[in-house]
Amino acid sequence: MSKHRIELRAAPHQHSGHSVPTIMRNVVYSLLPICGFSVWQYGLSALALLLTVTATCLATERLLNRNANTLGDWSAAITGILLGLTLPPAFPLWMAIVAGFVAIAIGKAMFGGLGHNPFNPALVGRAFVQAAFPVAITTWVPAFSANRFSEFVPTTFTAPLMMPPDIVGWVKQQGVDAFTGATPLARWKFENVTASAHDLLTGTVTASAGETSALLILMCGAYLAIRKFMDWRIPVAVLGSAALTAWAFQLYDPAHYPAPLFVLLSGGLMIGAIYMATDMATSPVTPVGVWIYGVIIGVMTVIIRYFGGLTEGVMYAILLGNALTPLIDQYTQPRVYGTGRKEKP
Amino acid sequence: MNPKKEIDEGITFDTFMEGVWRQNPVFVMVLGMCPTLAVTVSAVNAVSMGIATLFVLVSSCLLVSLIRNLVPKEVRIATYIVIIATFVTLVDYIIQAVSLSLYEALGAFIQLIVVNCIILGRAEAHASKNPPLKAVVNALGMGIGFTIGLLALGATREILGAGKLFGFSLFGEHFQPWVVMVLPPGGFFVLGAWLLLFSFMRSRSATE
Repeated sequence: MSKHRIELRAAPHQHSGHSVPTIMRNVVYSLLPICGFSVWQYGLSALALLLTVTATCLATERLLNRNANTLGDWSAAITGILLGLTLPPAFPLWMAIVAGFVAIAIGKAMFGGLGHNPFNPALVGRAFVQAAFPVAITTWVPAFSANRFSEFVPTTFTAPLMMPPDIVGWVKQQGVDAFTGATPLARWKFENVTASAHDLLTGTVTASAGETSALLILMCGAYLAIRKFMDWRIPVAVLGSAALTAWAFQLYDPAHYPAPLFVLLSGGLMIGAIYMATDMATSPVTPVGVWIYGVIIGVMTVIIRYFGGLTEGVMYAILLGNALTPLIDQYTQPRVYGTGRKEKP
Repeated sequence: MNPKKEIDEGITFDTFMEGVWRQNPVFVMVLGMCPTLAVTVSAVNAVSMGIATLFVLVSSCLLVSLIRNLVPKEVRIATYIVIIATFVTLVDYIIQAVSLSLYEALGAFIQLIVVNCIILGRAEAHASKNPPLKAVVNALGMGIGFTIGLLALGATREILGAGKLFGFSLFGEHFQPWVVMVLPPGGFFVLGAWLLLFSFMRSRSATE
């Protein structure tokens, strides 16, 4: 028996010091300002929506993992908050419960829980309700209406399985001038009106609960990137490639295509690039792969927005990127140290 | 001519129940997915498709069983297909004569009964080796099992996708239809949910 024991271990040899619950908890913290802003902007309905979706996700996670309590890893909470932020503030609560259940049950638990899900669970939930309830998910309410802290939007408490009531009359009573009921992206697509960058940055536009203030989302993302809870390359690749694509289109036809800044700040691109594309379970792990993945999402987002039937393309672009992740990982394996350059592993 | 081993175990209750439950074509064997996913947007369509398949299945199995000792082994598949195609053509014309709207709703899937795996599978695996009565009883069970499977999918999709069952409104006029349920993805979702339920029940009964 020698004194010096040789220990054989497989890679990886270094640990960043962050455990999964630590990272997830910090992501939740960084999402709280966005939630707060959303509630300040849309009032009680947004609060009820966020709480309902998060509670549904947590309950589903608990229900489907009876043998192990997986609530402690905070991932279900992230899914719930993110899903709530991508829905319109006046979304009926019973549909929100459907979305939350689908997100966790079909998006995550069915594949074996955290880390095994091929698609971002929050986006799976949103894609399902987008396909199931296309009208409700494109019904928008004005931001900063006067009574937002004293009354709910009438659609919030729609009876289960029933159609939400028409809110055109209710919106008129709110005394909001010239409310078009359309997001900046829809107004650009159908009326060729682009919103100003100032409005988009500060969030005084009509949109989903959490995708309004681009500036706030950027700051929260910066916190995560600085503390290394997030791969900064993914948002940079997504936003950069989206801006470049938009710029190329604008060079080709400035009268028809909007400025790159509008493309970056409008819709869900900011929150999608920072919070959803960076989901660790569904994005590539190799350094080169991460760039490819981000560029695919950025370019696809712009292409879907410009040429697709829907006004917003971030959701499908990210789901497509998720689907390509295993392939990207396989083709971007780094060369193993000590093996030949031309030799394929 | 072509001596085949007769597996003569007589007709038991299991000959019939095999297709209804233990070897259900939709939920256990997962056969005939093309009509299962495509025509189950409503309960009426699903039941019509099930009955059409049931008729073709029983008639083909009877005929295959009757001529099982006359057909040379080398050409048996072609023979089965000709028999099945004959009955499918019959069903095709009958449905067209009875209800044109149903015929248009089911579309090409009536003709596609020809290539339904359940029918060819039963003809090859059961009817060609068993006497006519047993083959018919077994085919009847399979056909009923298939119809139950289609009905389960069709009813779920019609209730969620239109708020109706067999055309009767269940929730009043303010019902919010789940558009996805009448689209092709809805078929996959509902089928997946039913398969999940069935394998859950089977694994439970296996452990008990």
